Amino acid sequence: MSTLDTEVTGPSDSGVDLYGRPAWHRVMAYWLGWGGCLVAVTLIAIPIVSILWGVIGRALAHWQWSVITSTTTGLRLDILGTLELVAGVGIVAGIIGVASGVYLAEYASGRFGSLLRGAAEVLAGVPSIVLGYVGYVALSITFHWGYSLAAALIVLSALTIPYIAKSTESALRQVPTSYREGADGLGMPPLRSLTRITMKAALPGITTGWLVALAIAMGETAPLLYTIGEFTSVGPTSHLTHQPVGYLTAVVYYGWQNGGPDLQLGYDAAFMLVVLILALIVGARIIVALTQRHTEKN
Amino acid sequence: MLTTSDPVPPSDTDDASLSLSSMKGRSRFGMNQETLPRLATGAAALVPLLALVGVVAILAWKAYPAIRYNGLGFFGRSTWYLGNTNVPGVKSGGASHPPGANYGALPLIAGTVLSSAIALLFAVPISIGAALAIVEKLPRRASNAVGMFLEVLAGIPSVVFGLWAALTLGPVMQSDVEPPIASVFDHLPDVPVLNFFRGPISASEGQGLLTAGVVLAIMIIPIIAATTRDLLRQVPRLPKEGALALGMNDWEVARKVSLPWVRSGIIGASVLGLARALGETMAVAMVSGALLGDLPKNLYLGMSTIAATIVTQLDGALSDGTGFATRTLAEVALALAVITLLTNIGARLLVKRGGAALPVGRGV
Repeated sequence: MSTLDTEVTGPSDSGVDLYGRPAWHRVMAYWLGWGGCLVAVTLIAIPIVSILWGVIGRALAHWQWSVITSTTTGLRLDILGTLELVAGVGIVAGIIGVASGVYLAEYASGRFGSLLRGAAEVLAGVPSIVLGYVGYVALSITFHWGYSLAAALIVLSALTIPYIAKSTESALRQVPTSYREGADGLGMPPLRSLTRITMKAALPGITTGWLVALAIAMGETAPLLYTIGEFTSVGPTSHLTHQPVGYLTAVVYYGWQNGGPDLQLGYDAAFMLVVLILALIVGARIIVALTQRHTEKN
Repeated sequence: MLTTSDPVPPSDTDDASLSLSSMKGRSRFGMNQETLPRLATGAAALVPLLALVGVVAILAWKAYPAIRYNGLGFFGRSTWYLGNTNVPGVKSGGASHPPGANYGALPLIAGTVLSSAIALLFAVPISIGAALAIVEKLPRRASNAVGMFLEVLAGIPSVVFGLWAALTLGPVMQSDVEPPIASVFDHLPDVPVLNFFRGPISASEGQGLLTAGVVLAIMIIPIIAATTRDLLRQVPRLPKEGALALGMNDWEVARKVSLPWVRSGIIGASVLGLARALGETMAVAMVSGALLGDLPKNLYLGMSTIAATIVTQLDGALSDGTGFATRTLAEVALALAVITLLTNIGARLLVKRGGAALPVGRGV
C-alpha cells in the first residue's frame, strides 16, 4: 500500500502535501492512527479476558455441584431467590414497559409525548443506588415493609421499565407503515390490528429488549442491599413484605467483605451470574440474528 | 374482550378512508375502541415520569431536616461524624440528631468528580479508537468479535467488576503500575500541584483513587464505544467516497470526514458515560478504600464517592437512633440525583442538536 500512498500523497517534484508537510508525515499519521486504534481494541480485550479468566478460573478450580444443589454450603437458595426476583421484574416491568412503549410509539404525540419519552430516558440515567435508597426510605422505612421482595421488585422495575419501553418503542417504529395500512384497509379494528399485526411484527425486538432488561436487573446489587436485605440464607418466598431474600450479587459482595470460605462462594456466585447474564444476552442476540436472516430471505 | 367487538358500523369505515387515525370501531360497551388501550398504555407511560418526580420529591422530603441542619457549609466541610449515638438525640437547627453530629460532603464530591474525570480520560480515547477500528478498518468478523467483547463487558455486573478490581487489578496497580507513575513525578520540579501525583502508594492492595478511576473507565467504555460505533455507521457513504476519490487514505477519511461528522454525538455519548461513572456504586465501593471525613490525599490513596458512601454507610446509619444519618444520606443521594439528572439532560440536549439519539441503558 505504501507505493500507492506515496504516489497519491503529493506531487513528486515538491514532495510535500497541501499543507506543506512532507509525504512521510502522512504515512506516519496513517500507521500511528490505526496503530492507536488497535491498541485501544487490545486495551478493551485485556480486562474482559482477565475478568472472565479470573472469575471462571477461580470458580471452576474448586467446583463442586453442591454449590448449586446445597442449601447450607451452596447457593441453591440464592440462585432461586435471584430467579424469583428476576421473574417478578420480568412480569411487572415487562407489562408496564411494553405498554408504555406501545403508548410512546402509537399514541403519544407533541410536547406531552416528548416529555414522557424524555422522562423515561432520564430515569434510566438515575444511578441505581439513588433508586435503591428511595425504595429503602419510602417502602422499607415509611411503609414499614422492612427488607422485602416487594420493595426490591418496585425498585428494579423502575430501573428496567425505561429500557423495555425504549426498545419496545423502537421495535414498533420499525414495523412498516404498509402493515398497519393494510390491516386498517381491510377493516381490522385498531386494537386487533395493534395486537395481531404491529406487535406481532415487533415481537422479536420487544423480546430482545426485555431479555437485556432482565440481564440488567439480575446484575444489580446496590439497590437490593437496601430493599431486599443483606446477606441472608432465605430462599424464594411468597411473603411480599417483611421477608429478606437471598440473591447472588450479595453473595459476591459479602464474599469479598468476609474473605475466607465466603470468598470462594463469592467467586462461585460471580460465575453463576456471568453465565446467567451472558445466556440472557446471547439469547437476545440469537433472536435478532434469526429474525434478521428471516427478513433478508423474504 | 374488546377484540370480539360488533361489526364496525359503515359510517365509521367511511371515516377511515379519510384519515387512518380517525378510524374507530365501537365495542359492545359503547366505548370508543381506541380509548381503552390508549388510556391503559398511557397510564403505563406515565410511570417513568411519576417515578422520576417521586424520587426527587421523596429524597427532598426525607432530606429536608438534614438540609436545614447541615446548611450550605455541608458542601464545604470534610468531616463525617455521626455524633454521640449512645445518648438520646437532641433537637437543634430544625432536626433531631445525636449530639455533636457534624457532616461534610466535600470529600465525597471531590472523590466522585476526580474518579469520574480519570475514567473519562481513559475511556473516551479508547472508545473512539475502538469504534473507528470496528467501523472503518477491521474486517467484518473481527469487528463482530470486538462488538461481542463490548456486549460482554456491558453485561458483567458491577459487583463482579468490583471483585475483580479489588483482588486482581488492585494488587497489580499497587505493585506494577502506581510506583513507576509516582517515581516519574518524584523527578519533576517541586511544584505543589504535582504533589497530588507523588507517593505514598496505598498499602491495601491498590485501593484508592487511580484504581477506582481505571475500573470506572473499563465500565463506561461499552456505552461510549457502542454509541460511537453506531453513530459512525450512520455517516453517509457519499462524503467518505468523495474523500477517497480526492486521494485520502482510509485513516484520513476516518479522521477528517467520519469523526467530525459525529462529533456532537461523541460528546453526548461521553457525557452519558460520565453520568454512569458518577453514579456507579458497587465497584467503586469495593476499590475506593472507603475513606471518610477527609479529602483524597493523592492519586493513589483511599477516597470515597457519593454513591459508594451511601452503600458503605448503611450499617453505620442504622446505629443512629434519631435517623439523622439516614436523612444526611438522603441529602447526598439528592445531590447525586441532581448531578446525574443535569448531566443526562445535558448529554441528550447536546446530541439532539446533532440529530442522533443516545441509547437508554448500558450500551448492551
